[in-house]
Amino acid sequence: MNELTVFLIMVISTLIGGIYLGLLGRGIDRKIAAKFQSRIGPPIRQGFWDLKKLMLKQTIVPENSITWVFKGAPLVALVTSAMLLVYIMVPYLLYLTGYESPMFAHMGDFILVIYLLMIPAIALVAGGFSAGSPLSTIGSQREMVVLMATELPLAVTVIAFAVKMSVLAPSMPSFSIFTAASNPVWNGMGPAGILGVILLASAFLFIIPAETGKIPFDQAEAETEIAEGLLAEYSGKYLAFFQLAEALKSLGVVALVVVLFFPQGVSTIMGGQMIAGGINITVPCEIMFFLLKVSVVYSVSISFIRVSMARLKISQVSKFFIYSVSAVSITGFILIMIDPRIMAM
Amino acid sequence: MSNKETYKLQIGPTHPAFKEPVRFEFEVDGEHVLHADIDMGYTHRGIEHVSKERNFIQIIYLLERICGICSTSHPMAYCLAVENAAEIEVPARAKYIRTIVGELERLHSHLLWAGVAAHEVGFDTLFYTTWDIREKVMDCLEVISGNRVNYAMLTIGGVRRDIIGEVAEAVNKTVEYYSDLYSQLEDIMLNDMSLRLRTENVGILTYDEALKLCAVGPTARASGLAKDVRADYAVNAYPDIPWLKAITPNDVGKKPVGDIYDRIVVRVLEIKQSVDIIRFCMENMPGGEIVAEPKAVKVINQLKKVKAHGIGRYEGPRGEVSHYDILDNNECPVGVKVKAPTYSNIISWVPMFRGAEIADIPIIMSSIDPCIACSDRASFVEGEGKKTVSFGELRKLSMEKMNKIRRGL
Repeated sequence: MNELTVFLIMVISTLIGGIYLGLLGRGIDRKIAAKFQSRIGPPIRQGFWDLKKLMLKQTIVPENSITWVFKGAPLVALVTSAMLLVYIMVPYLLYLTGYESPMFAHMGDFILVIYLLMIPAIALVAGGFSAGSPLSTIGSQREMVVLMATELPLAVTVIAFAVKMSVLAPSMPSFSIFTAASNPVWNGMGPAGILGVILLASAFLFIIPAETGKIPFDQAEAETEIAEGLLAEYSGKYLAFFQLAEALKSLGVVALVVVLFFPQGVSTIMGGQMIAGGINITVPCEIMFFLLKVSVVYSVSISFIRVSMARLKISQVSKFFIYSVSAVSITGFILIMIDPRIMAM
Repeated sequence: MSNKETYKLQIGPTHPAFKEPVRFEFEVDGEHVLHADIDMGYTHRGIEHVSKERNFIQIIYLLERICGICSTSHPMAYCLAVENAAEIEVPARAKYIRTIVGELERLHSHLLWAGVAAHEVGFDTLFYTTWDIREKVMDCLEVISGNRVNYAMLTIGGVRRDIIGEVAEAVNKTVEYYSDLYSQLEDIMLNDMSLRLRTENVGILTYDEALKLCAVGPTARASGLAKDVRADYAVNAYPDIPWLKAITPNDVGKKPVGDIYDRIVVRVLEIKQSVDIIRFCMENMPGGEIVAEPKAVKVINQLKKVKAHGIGRYEGPRGEVSHYDILDNNECPVGVKVKAPTYSNIISWVPMFRGAEIADIPIIMSSIDPCIACSDRASFVEGEGKKTVSFGELRKLSMEKMNKIRRGL
């Protein structure tokens, strides 16, 4: 097959699968949370029903809003969230299927991924400010603060990975997700390095709920405080776009963590191809295993944390990320940096 | 010229955090509240006025509906007031049953409050847990009275239903359930890290402010002000309980700060206190009649002969509720005055909101366990329906009203 055809198939299947799995993930998350709270909870299909209903509902645009920003923001959020998912998933799928080609070596740049993570949030902020309601304005301010607070630990993690990749695979581009997927960061690590990676992973445990706006970091929406904040004025299809964007982004962030920290596929672990009844089922097995890892990370970092904590105040969030989480990730970074020297001693 | 821009944030009358309509206008600088203005008067229903056209027994069931949570406190204060005016002696057994129902109500009210407070800070798991726990006391009240919310247990001169046999067993089981559960509940409510982050040093009401602003109930006790009608002006079975005292954070060896965390401490300790009181009452309940005069017509005829006024004070779950009734040789009272605990606590919101963040607004609001329907007791019916009166004007209006009643007497 031609490289471009492979690429297009991957992108389209990622988008369709991403929308489906993102909404399914929402449903499962709500079901798990309900179980923790001794409720029955909505059916798992609820996310699809909500989306369908919102698409049919009347869409109201506030009179004193800046109309083009208000209408444009949901689209920008949706498109960039989809791009984020594609940029993370396609290189990883290429790695899983074992399709190697020089054209794909540079695919999935970390720095681009960081910027793509920011754009849906910025779109939300723009939409909130343009709505012309004090509640949305407060929500937007809070979203900005959360966004800025999570930047440093995120950047530190990425740099740590790039440094490690340049050691593990000097011939491949250091900032590429494909490189990170094919060379698991745990390879060639001493005790200090392993501790460092664990610290980075635990920092991500809190970065995921912050990026996806879940309790304890849902200040921008904070139902009981500012009545859904920056989404307060959104209705109908624009709200549906934001919900879809959020579902895609959640999946993307979780997939990023899986790719960075646990990229090992079935064939790596089992040490060979999986063959059942004469048919090579490695690829389906790999995808199932990946989905299993995604659902574990999703439920631990989103569902479990959100049912076990109260919402923090915005001042506490900024302190928590700027001091604690940054300190943890910088320590992890330093440990990874000095690990080769400790090993050499 | 200052380059700091402040803006007005209006919260209410309807808002996801509020159970009842009340409107706040905050002057906000970024996330900080500079000034709070409270506007009430959205749920005035004229219950006091309606009471003047009902007979003494009908009023009990009307007053139960002032508030869904204080559905024993209001009739209790009213019955005490009428009994005080007409000098009716309540049988000892009825006093104990009144105490048991009142304490079961306190138990469910505090658990309800814990759930609401947890929801305000986004801790929904705790919200569902406490409300799940609360179901047991609601079931117990249903066994006693046949109803989960409006119990209709009280009547003038006693109670309407006895606690014997299966019912007594159900109460004992409820007491055991809550005694076993208490340490777990205390652990969740008082030691959870994220809940402490949100409640410690937030919404502070100092001892002096609580004293000056006449705060009542758990709000006052959390500031270290040891006042509790059950201990200070004991009625019902409370005088028989030797260890009963007002609970302050001092009881867990904590210096009272007057923040929201202290209010949680006080309420959690009161859950234990209520369970102990119910157990004491079940163990020491005397025998005998449950009501001085079971026939309602006879009670009304007896009250028709009375020309007096009486005050009833009772410690509801939110604080002191007092009723003032004027009897005037009629089958209806000529005056019914309700003073709900929230009415005393509303003004303590102002110092609590000083220096708070926007995120603190819902939890500070719910920390006094407000009951807006209880405290909306006045409304202007002429003009635009809403106006502000000064202290002097209000005093003049009150005196005119009082003179009108006096002339009627």
